[in-house]
Amino acid sequence: MLDLADYSSIGEALKDALEAFAPEICLIEADREREKQRMKYREFKLQALPLARKLQDAGFGAGDRAAIVMTNQPKWLISAYAIFFCGGVLVPLDYKLTPGEHWRLLKHSGATVLITEYPIWRQLQTDASRPAGSNVLTVVVTEAPPNADLADAHRWEEFAGGGLPAFVPRQRKDIACIVYSSGTGGRPKGCMMTHENYLEQCVALTSLYPFWPGVRYLSILPTNHAIDFMVGFFGPFTCGATVVHLRTLRPEYVREAFAKYKITYVSLVPLVLKNLQKGLQARFDALPPGKRKVFDALVRINRAVTRDRPLPIVSRLLLKQVHAAFGGRLRAIIVGGAFAEPENLQFFYDLGIPVANGYGLTEAGTAITVNDLKPFRADTVGKPLPGMEVRIVAPDAEGIGEVAVRSKTIMSGYLNEPGLTAESIVDGWLMTADLGRFDSHGHLQLFGRKKNMIVTEEGKNIYPEDIEMVFESLPVKEFCVFAANYVWPQRSMVGEQLVVVLRLEPGQTLTADLRRDIAGRNNRLLNYKRVHGIVLFEEDFPRTASLKIKRNVLAERLARFDRASAVLPL
Amino acid sequence: MRTMEQTTAEVLQLAAKHFKVPADSLSADDDFFKKLGIDSLQALEMLSRIENHFGIELPDYEVQGVSDFHTLASRIHSRL
Repeated sequence: MLDLADYSSIGEALKDALEAFAPEICLIEADREREKQRMKYREFKLQALPLARKLQDAGFGAGDRAAIVMTNQPKWLISAYAIFFCGGVLVPLDYKLTPGEHWRLLKHSGATVLITEYPIWRQLQTDASRPAGSNVLTVVVTEAPPNADLADAHRWEEFAGGGLPAFVPRQRKDIACIVYSSGTGGRPKGCMMTHENYLEQCVALTSLYPFWPGVRYLSILPTNHAIDFMVGFFGPFTCGATVVHLRTLRPEYVREAFAKYKITYVSLVPLVLKNLQKGLQARFDALPPGKRKVFDALVRINRAVTRDRPLPIVSRLLLKQVHAAFGGRLRAIIVGGAFAEPENLQFFYDLGIPVANGYGLTEAGTAITVNDLKPFRADTVGKPLPGMEVRIVAPDAEGIGEVAVRSKTIMSGYLNEPGLTAESIVDGWLMTADLGRFDSHGHLQLFGRKKNMIVTEEGKNIYPEDIEMVFESLPVKEFCVFAANYVWPQRSMVGEQLVVVLRLEPGQTLTADLRRDIAGRNNRLLNYKRVHGIVLFEEDFPRTASLKIKRNVLAERLARFDRASAVLPL
Repeated sequence: MRTMEQTTAEVLQLAAKHFKVPADSLSADDDFFKKLGIDSLQALEMLSRIENHFGIELPDYEVQGVSDFHTLASRIHSRL
């Protein structure tokens, strides 16, 4: 691994990595059962430099912003490196957003360059919300069919400049990326992450979960996500490891990929982890009774011998077939993006597959705590990573309070939002609005949120304010969306749902037509953003002098209701 | 050559079979996430079955954001 303490920027470290590991394989790309390409570090460089040169020829330089909206694939990483090489600021956007959301964030970020895939561009190009004088001056599109009309956009494959580009150095405190943690519909929260944030996070994470040439990381979480950016790009590249991209995320191909490519690490959201568990459990349940007894006994033995720490070689011997299905080299499954339930984590650990569960926020540069497996604890999110100071602010009698973090990985602030930044970072401490407590072994346990938001099992942060626009002009007196656990705290991170609170007009009732109207609007939202219940409130909403809803006051009044009877399923 | 109506009917039948629900309980305008109570991974599994039936490959991006049978059927139909 490169000694990242010697480096000032992501671009500088990657530049050296491409030289140091030139003959190693950096990327494998597969589509279903077909392997499309294997690329060495030296070939990666040969593809990235002409792109960087062409970007420079187009006037792109230090501090300029370039957005990437792509699925996980080699051209994502090649484009990102070209941007860093030019001294640019990367704006990685979630490819799953709608075109309207993309245009909104492109505008907010001030990106002058957009690099995207043809199917995404096709939708962006014709979307009604495309702004007339957009700040996006250069559009580069990958994999466009030969006869596609790209208008003034450029083909990625032909967007190559002649001659070598000039490397543009950056300082550690310069902004490397603007990463949106939320705000696709409401107030965009663009986290300004510095080069130092990433360099420090990489050192901390790889101290627990190291990469080296020969290690293979399966990239499934979107690369715009802080976790995949770190462990599916920057981390493995600065260690000479290999990243495997699948062009489809159908569960059957994901399962096959583990064995086919002998995967060492993978990052998953809890939803996918649960799906994997379900598949395995079905296979175990189908075993004949005799074999099942033997298998259960082996799992018990494995659990006993790995109580204090993982013993991969022993586990692979004891539970040979399970490990063979995962390729026999899997060292850990990294789970992130949302809270994972302890029983899911324990299921895998008992099979000898450690799950690196942790806790993090985009604002804190990926991870704050990670399970160090010494010993494995499914009931906590682990201990603070090296370099992280974590404290509990204003703890109650049980020691539960708001989790605050201070480290070199904390963002420099929210783009164009000094007020919001000042609320979130107080005296150098990032206030997470998550509720937690340390146990006697120094492990952090989480108990819910102080903020009105949910995180889905797919790792999506949803703020009620962001989805309210879909209910605009609903024929009721007033409405407001809440995270149910914010109104009725559960001391739990699971089962989070949104509810829409309605104040009906005098004499109005919740008719079947009104329900249908709500359901129809709800269906316009992406499935993970939908509300799950209706709450009827029989007073006018409390409002400020400027007529904004006082959400905290309304939440307090709603909290007096019994949740089970107040929430009418939608 | 199938008509769009035939493609839609076959998609509904396949989905009903896959999730073991009565065929007549599903209709083209249904949101399959809500109607069947499935998550995105289960939807992808259903898609693999549909692809095998029609003998096509539908890239993930083609079904991105699709949540009703009618739109799904039209994406499939355009590739037949």
